[in-house]
Amino acid sequence: MPYTVNARGIGKSFGDRQVLCDVNLAVESGTVFALLGPNGAGKTTLVRILATLVRLDTGTATIAGHDLHADPVAIRQSISLTGQQTAVDDLLTGKENLQMMGMLRHLGRHAAAARADELLTAFGLADAADQRAGSYSGGMMRRLDLAISMIERPQLLFLDEPTTGLDPLSRDQVWTTVRDLAAHGVTILLTTQYLEEADALADQIALLDRGRIAAEGTADELKSAIGSEVIRLQFADAAAYDQAVRLLDPIVADGRLCTIEVATDGSVRQLHATLGRLVAAGTPAAKVSIHRPSLDDVFRSVTATGGLAELLADQPELEVTR
Amino acid sequence: MTMAYALTDSRVMITRCVRRSLRNPEAFFTALMLPIVLMLLFVYVFGGALNTGVHYVDYVVPGLIVLCAGFGAGTTAVAVATDMTNGIVDRFRSMPMRSSAILVGHITASLARNLVATVLVIAVGIGVGWRPTASPARWLAAVGMIVLFVLALSWLAAAAGLLVRSVEAASSITFVFMFLPYVSTAFVPARTMPAALRAFAEHQPFTPIVETMRGLWMGQTSTGVPIGHEAILASSYCLALLVVSAAAASWLFRHRTAA
Repeated sequence: MPYTVNARGIGKSFGDRQVLCDVNLAVESGTVFALLGPNGAGKTTLVRILATLVRLDTGTATIAGHDLHADPVAIRQSISLTGQQTAVDDLLTGKENLQMMGMLRHLGRHAAAARADELLTAFGLADAADQRAGSYSGGMMRRLDLAISMIERPQLLFLDEPTTGLDPLSRDQVWTTVRDLAAHGVTILLTTQYLEEADALADQIALLDRGRIAAEGTADELKSAIGSEVIRLQFADAAAYDQAVRLLDPIVADGRLCTIEVATDGSVRQLHATLGRLVAAGTPAAKVSIHRPSLDDVFRSVTATGGLAELLADQPELEVTR
Repeated sequence: MTMAYALTDSRVMITRCVRRSLRNPEAFFTALMLPIVLMLLFVYVFGGALNTGVHYVDYVVPGLIVLCAGFGAGTTAVAVATDMTNGIVDRFRSMPMRSSAILVGHITASLARNLVATVLVIAVGIGVGWRPTASPARWLAAVGMIVLFVLALSWLAAAAGLLVRSVEAASSITFVFMFLPYVSTAFVPARTMPAALRAFAEHQPFTPIVETMRGLWMGQTSTGVPIGHEAILASSYCLALLVVSAAAASWLFRHRTAA
């Protein structure tokens, strides 16, 4: 399977602050890859390195078949970047924005205008073509941003937090657009801090935690890594909650709501044993529910235990890179 | 083809910056009002009380030109800083275009804005009784002086806009450029100032720049220094500022966007 992104041992420091440490990343052509992590994990820096905007300190990368060190110009011709901040000109109209970007890609005046019209229609912006981008809603602005990225179909599209700050309706519109692009075979590398977003869009997910890839796999692989079922227990008071935390080694513990979540293999035996330990200790739970682990659970278990590595030691199907 | 692409990139960026200038209503309106209001204020409110030895409008036109250019410098700094704090520069830089075209666009638009303001100052000045005695050749020399000055100031403003981290900080440069001309011979002759201030006023770059224009238009400088002497000094200042600012802006642009 060919890879559109193949990065090995990427490291980057700003001054004495290490932002990325020995990051390996391989994105298969024609797939959607999500880099999932909290603010400050290094997602944007990694994207900016791969998009030739920031020089890396260590490591090598091949993007769309071109070497990052040797041929950044060829990479720029094959990629498109939609950054965290919307990169449209607020004082130009939607159409002028697209035309300008088309001409900067050297399409020529008439071809750029024709392409602008096509994209405005394809991205549902035809009615707003002659309005200034500054008057667009957040979702429209993002769509214009994505349309600009598609002026020349890139081999690789970087989307840095494409839905941060959008209302749910606009977010859904952006998701639909991203799915459309993916369905047309565009390779997409997106970053997000929303687990739901990675779950909804990505074929492959890497968890980036403090500059390192903590775990990588499909959404299902990551979820099953912490157990096939999660038991959620709610306690009547803080004392019972505290005792349960000591007793059960939960993956998620919320002292405010007095709830914990415990990973299990989904068997009745384990469920019974877990509840049995609580009863034996005299701290029965007030409420119990069982659900499939969400990426939220995976994510919190990474940040709670300081890394998935220990947790996943006996999960051979999962690539753990720490 | 590379050369043709570089020209296309610059032309596209110039179009963008000029459009942005025209569509920024507050800055555009202020830039048009400023020459008119300042001219009326200086000639009709202050002018009667100021003793410059000549009809005040004949004295003040060069001063108003540099004052308006100072305001224009602020606009340029803000425009550059706005681009840098917005994601759009990343987009430009991740495209196969000449990134130098971005600065070329800003500088060209800045030059155009300032020359419009200058024409307005001259037109309003003539409207309120300014009567320059210059020959066409001297007019041409005066225009050359203005273009060189505005070009240097535009690059300085671009460098300032790249240096600061926020749009607000960029707008504060207007303050510097709109006050420095007051402590020169732009509005009043230096001879009435206290000794320390007079020494500064007589030797700061705005004075030879203003005196060169004044000398070319009216036949004599207010300092008594020959026009040729002032012109050489003014051109040297502007050229030095131009070279240093353009180098600084280019360097800052590469480093600010590559971080």
